Amino acid sequence: MTSLLTVENLKVHFPVKGGFFGNSEVVHAVDGVDLTLERGETLGIVGESGCGKTTTGLAAMKLIEKTHGNIIFDGTDLDTLNADGMRNARRKMQMIFQDPFSSLNPRMTVNRAIGEPMKVHGMGSESERQDRVAWLLEKVGLSPEQGNRYPHEFSGGQRQRIGIARALALNPMMIIGDEPVSALDVSIQAQIINLLIDIQQEFNLSYIIISHDLAVVEHICDRIAVMYLGKVVEEGRCDEVYSNPKHPYTKALLSAIPHPDPDHPRDRIILNGDVPSPIHPPSGCSFHPRCPNRQEGCDLVEPELEAKEPGRKAACHWC
Amino acid sequence: MENDYLLEVKSLTTRFHTQHGVAHAVNGVSFGMYPGEILGVVGESGCGKSVTAQSIMRLIPEPPGRIEKGEILYGGKDLVSLSRKEMQAIRGDRISMIFQEPMTSLNPVKTVGKQIGEVYALHRGASKKESLEKAVEMLEKVQVPEARRRVKEYPHQLSGGMRQRVMIAMALACDPEILIADEPTTALDVTVQAQIMDLMLKLQEKQKTAIMMITHDLGIIAEMANRVIVMYAGRIVETAPTRTLFHETGHPYTRGLMDSVPVIGTKDSEGNSRLTEITGMVPSLYDLPEGCSFAPRCPHQSERCRTEMPPLFAVSPGHEVRCWLCESARVKGAAA
Repeated sequence: MTSLLTVENLKVHFPVKGGFFGNSEVVHAVDGVDLTLERGETLGIVGESGCGKTTTGLAAMKLIEKTHGNIIFDGTDLDTLNADGMRNARRKMQMIFQDPFSSLNPRMTVNRAIGEPMKVHGMGSESERQDRVAWLLEKVGLSPEQGNRYPHEFSGGQRQRIGIARALALNPMMIIGDEPVSALDVSIQAQIINLLIDIQQEFNLSYIIISHDLAVVEHICDRIAVMYLGKVVEEGRCDEVYSNPKHPYTKALLSAIPHPDPDHPRDRIILNGDVPSPIHPPSGCSFHPRCPNRQEGCDLVEPELEAKEPGRKAACHWC
Repeated sequence: MENDYLLEVKSLTTRFHTQHGVAHAVNGVSFGMYPGEILGVVGESGCGKSVTAQSIMRLIPEPPGRIEKGEILYGGKDLVSLSRKEMQAIRGDRISMIFQEPMTSLNPVKTVGKQIGEVYALHRGASKKESLEKAVEMLEKVQVPEARRRVKEYPHQLSGGMRQRVMIAMALACDPEILIADEPTTALDVTVQAQIMDLMLKLQEKQKTAIMMITHDLGIIAEMANRVIVMYAGRIVETAPTRTLFHETGHPYTRGLMDSVPVIGTKDSEGNSRLTEITGMVPSLYDLPEGCSFAPRCPHQSERCRTEMPPLFAVSPGHEVRCWLCESARVKGAAA
C-alpha cells in the first residue's frame, strides 16, 4: 500500500512589504520540503519558531495556498480534486491546534461544536449524530452531560479534549496536531499525551505532531523530521535521531534541552546568535552562520537532504 | 537576626478580591533566601509562584490584590510596610526582576540604551553620559554583540533572546543583591533558552547575586537551582536542596510532577510509552478544598487529608514536606 501522505518539494512563500519604497520581499517560510507519513505512523516535525513547521502542516492540508510542490493524500494528488473532492478528502484529515480556546466558537455548546462537522458532511440523522457526540465525549474522558456547556466553562486540558473529540467526529485517517500540548501544564500535558496515544490505536489513526518540545515528540512519535529555516535538515526514526543525531543543528537542539536530573552530564552546545530571517536566508547551508562545525564551502553550496544511513537522512556536507 | 537569610518571607498571604469572589493566591508562604544562592520556585499555573514574587517586589495591583498578612524582611526592614517611595529606592536597585515576555516590559519608544541608563541614573544619580556608558558596559556584560551600536536601537529591532538580555542588563545595572526571574526563558526557543541560562549562571558566578528562579520546568530547576521550593494552590508543599528533591522526593505532588514530564531517553523499547499522569486538575483558588489542597488528586489520600491541612514536616536538614505521610518526622516549629 502507498504512504498515506506524501509531500514533495513543498514551497510556501509569502510576499511581504519591506524596504523604504514598499519593495515587495518574499518570506521563504517553507522552502523545499519532502515528507512521507505511513499508515498508522506518527511523524514528529520539530524546530524552533519560524522554521516553517506549522506552515508545512497547514499547507499539507491545503488550509493555506502552497507556492510549489505536490501533496498526495491516500493515493490522490490534492491538486487534481475539485471542490467536492477536496471536501471529501478533508473528512479524512483533521487538525488540532495549540490553543483550543481560540479554535472553539464561544457561542456554540460543546455538543454543537463536535456535531457541526458531521452535519456539514451530512453524516447520519440528527439523533445518530447526538449519540455519536455523546460517545465521542466519553472517549476523550468527558461526560456526555458536559456537552450542553460552553467552552469557557472548561479548563485548558478539557478544551483540548473537546478539540480532539471534534477532530475524531468524522472518523479521519490522519490528524495533524499543531503544538497540541504546549499550552498545558505538565500534569495536564501528560493526560492529553496519553489520550492521543490511546485513541491512535482505537481509531487507527496516523499522526503528524508539530512541536517545539523534543521530549514530547520523542514520547509519541515513530519518526521525526527536524526543520530549520524552511527546510528539513534531518529525518529518521525517533530513537535513532535522538540517540545519534547527525546534523549539527539537531545535536545543538538536543543538547539544549534542560534535563530534569541534577546529575545528568552537562555537555551543552551553545549556538551563537539567532535564527536568521527567512526573508534573506543565508547562502549555501542556511545553518552555516551558527554552525559549530562549519567548514570551507558551507556558505557556498547548499547541502541536499540525502540518506546517510538506511532510513536516516541529513542535509549536511560533513556528516 | 537569628538566621543568615538575605531575604525572609514570613506567613505571606496575598489575595485578590474580584467580582467572582476572593482568589486565595498565596496562603501563608514562609521561606528564606541565602546570599548568592539560586533558589528555584516550581509549580503549575495558579500555584502562586508569580504572585509571591510580585508581593516581594510590591508589584501586586491594588485593588483588586492585597497583601493581607505576613512580613517580607530585607536589610532590617519589612518590605510590606514600606511607603511607595521607600520601596522604589529598593526596587531595581537592591532587588530587581525580569519577566517572561521582555517585549511587554520594555518601553517600545525608547532606545534600549536609554532604558538601561535610566535605571542607573535614577538610583545612582549618574549623568546622561555616564548612564549611556553604563548601558554599553552592561550590554557587553550580557554578551550583546556590537553593544555601542545596539544601545541606539529600539526593542522591536531586537530578537526575543536579545530583548531578554537587555532586560537582564537593566536588572543588573545597579548590581542588586537579589534578582527575581519569573519564567525568564519560557517564551524563548530552546537554543536561545540555553544561551540565556548559560549567561545567567556565568553572571551569577561573577556577581554573586542571589537569584529566585521561578519556572514550571523541572529541567531548568535541575540545571540551575541550589535549593527548590515546590508550590501548589498557594502553598509550599515541599522544599529541599535540589539533589535531595530529585532523589528523595517527599511530596506526592512533586513525585507526580516528575513522573508526568516526558524525559528524553526514557521511552521503553516497545515504542510508544504512556506517561504517568496526575488525575483531575488544580483546584480553584476561589474555592480551595478543606484539608490538603492536593488530596482530591492524591493517590495516597486518606480521611485525615480531606479534613486537616498538614503542616510542613522536616524530614531531613533543609528538606520539608507538607504531607501526612511524613508525619513520623519531626514537625517544624510553628512556622507551618
